[in-house]
Amino acid sequence: MGFLDINNVTKSYGAVEVLHKVDIAVEEGEFLVLVGPSGCGKSTLLNMIAGLEDITSGEIGINGRVVNGVHPSNRNIAMVFQSYALYPNMTVGQNITFGLEMHGVPKPERDKAMNDVAKLLQIEQLLDRKPGQLSGGQRQRVAMGRALVRDPDVFLFDEPLSNLDAKLRVDMRTEIKKLHEKLKTTIVYVTHDQIEAMTLSTRIAVMYEGYVQQLGTPKEIYDTPANLFVATFMGSPAMNIMNAKVVMKDGRPHASLVTSEGGEALLPFSQDNMSEWDGKEILLGIRPEAITDPDGADRKSSNVVALENRIIVTEPAGSDTFVTTNLGGKDVISRLRADVPVSAGEMFGFAVNMEKAVAFDPATEKRIEG
Amino acid sequence: MSAAQSQSVRTGRITRTFIYVFLLVASLFYLLPFFIMLVNSVKPLSEITGGNMMALPQVFTLEPWAAAWSSAQVGVEPTGLRPYFWNSIKMVVPAVFISTVLGALNGYILTKWRFRGDTILFGLMLFSCFIPFQIVLIPMARILGILGLSGSTYGLILVHVVYGIGFSTLYFRNYYAAFPTELVRAAQIDGAGFFQIFRRIMLPSSGPIIVVCVIWQFTNIWNDFLFGASFASGSGAPMTVALNNLVQSSTGVKEYNVHFAGAILAALPTLLVYIVAGRFFVRGLMAGSVKG
Repeated sequence: MGFLDINNVTKSYGAVEVLHKVDIAVEEGEFLVLVGPSGCGKSTLLNMIAGLEDITSGEIGINGRVVNGVHPSNRNIAMVFQSYALYPNMTVGQNITFGLEMHGVPKPERDKAMNDVAKLLQIEQLLDRKPGQLSGGQRQRVAMGRALVRDPDVFLFDEPLSNLDAKLRVDMRTEIKKLHEKLKTTIVYVTHDQIEAMTLSTRIAVMYEGYVQQLGTPKEIYDTPANLFVATFMGSPAMNIMNAKVVMKDGRPHASLVTSEGGEALLPFSQDNMSEWDGKEILLGIRPEAITDPDGADRKSSNVVALENRIIVTEPAGSDTFVTTNLGGKDVISRLRADVPVSAGEMFGFAVNMEKAVAFDPATEKRIEG
Repeated sequence: MSAAQSQSVRTGRITRTFIYVFLLVASLFYLLPFFIMLVNSVKPLSEITGGNMMALPQVFTLEPWAAAWSSAQVGVEPTGLRPYFWNSIKMVVPAVFISTVLGALNGYILTKWRFRGDTILFGLMLFSCFIPFQIVLIPMARILGILGLSGSTYGLILVHVVYGIGFSTLYFRNYYAAFPTELVRAAQIDGAGFFQIFRRIMLPSSGPIIVVCVIWQFTNIWNDFLFGASFASGSGAPMTVALNNLVQSSTGVKEYNVHFAGAILAALPTLLVYIVAGRFFVRGLMAGSVKG
């Protein structure tokens, strides 16, 4: 049993079940990110932890206590909302200490807690201002200050960065990560941004259509996605999914793909158990960074294969050059080093790191374990 | 291009002149009755009966105002309008206060503490805005009788509160519908209760709509004649009823100048409320529709 225990929790609105038997145990000090497209149930789950929505069935426990039916203010949680939800009629200082005041903490203690938090977040000079006079980033800090001052068991973040502009979002992301590393608090964080999920979390729960598709560390989620949805949702650009057929050659399983010229490319699997799929169709998943120019290929990999294919489009991004080519009947994006001379229409010798390749069962869309 | 521009300016100028002339005429038209009331309320009676109503006073006197306020014959007593003015105040202030507070609470509940059937309930409350007053006179009289409130100021307060809740609920519900629910949720997590959220979070942000509601209720309740005439009698009557009695009861000579002064006195409080808070009125009426 974890510090925050989500045990077989479901949520229904009338006859419609929107969350199906969610089971997550979060350890103390963990940073769990719930990620998924809109409507996947991640915010609903967060609101159920907060106590803002009823639990239809199952149990949620915080710090060894079942909190089903417990009022939000008595769960010892704090929440940062997407819109920050700062009280417009109160100053920053009053906003931060409102919760303490409601819990009957005497004024001297409130002021001390407020000053500590203001110092931590560097918002001391803002304490007398109203929220309307603050910038987006400052409001964000105040909202976090309001959560921090309570010293709760669990912090809940509901898409806290989605109202900020791109640059500020990256800065605040780092701030949140720093804060977590400093305070070692337990955090549940909802986002639809897979980069936020990857960078912030110690564990990720990828959600889709009311199911937790996969729960694991960022590396597990990225390298061994449980199914096609997780594979394509996490990572940018998305993982390339190609139609392939398993064939045996020299006693080793290979993926057979149609190249841009209509020929056959044979890519040897690193997973030996793929031989069980001999002669069957599969979906082959390779991330863009595993299809490179030969010099950019991973030197530690024992399974890098050369592949000649025609370039359709090149997209120089400064740090890298993304090249689109056609493989296995699909447009495939590969990631080359920035200074590799390439141009559209040419043939190019790619290096494919098959150690990083994953295969999916076309019928169930689940990853074939290897 | 420049020719077209200058032409558009010229037509604009003609249109604008027309608009201003029209507005001027319209405002003169609307101000005329008030002008006549004001002018005739400061003339001796002989000037009115002997001459032109439109003429400015030759002898300026405040005598009719003093008479209307404190010594004119209202019904059978020569009390002037003064006691009835206080009757109206005693009725209007509690009635406006209670109906506004209840409307705010209703709006808060109907938007932030929603329950099954809340829209139907709101619809029914809205219905009360459109019921003609005459229909409820007899049932209301019966209820006031049962409650032992007939003929008293408390009875009138009750009637106006009941009638006012429909509108005040409408105002506050629409205003609070645009109020972010996340704030209420944040306050819940912070540990604030139902009334604490209302008092500390909702009310401090409700300034404009409170002003709208107060102006609306004040004007309607102060100007009400039907309920006042039906449910309050004699010395308990509100200002509007007393004004009617003043005009009706003069024996012998009709003291038009006193009547005019009395009528202005009766209208003065609402005028004052408009002038003081009118700026907020328009702003508040728009507040529900366009956020910001």
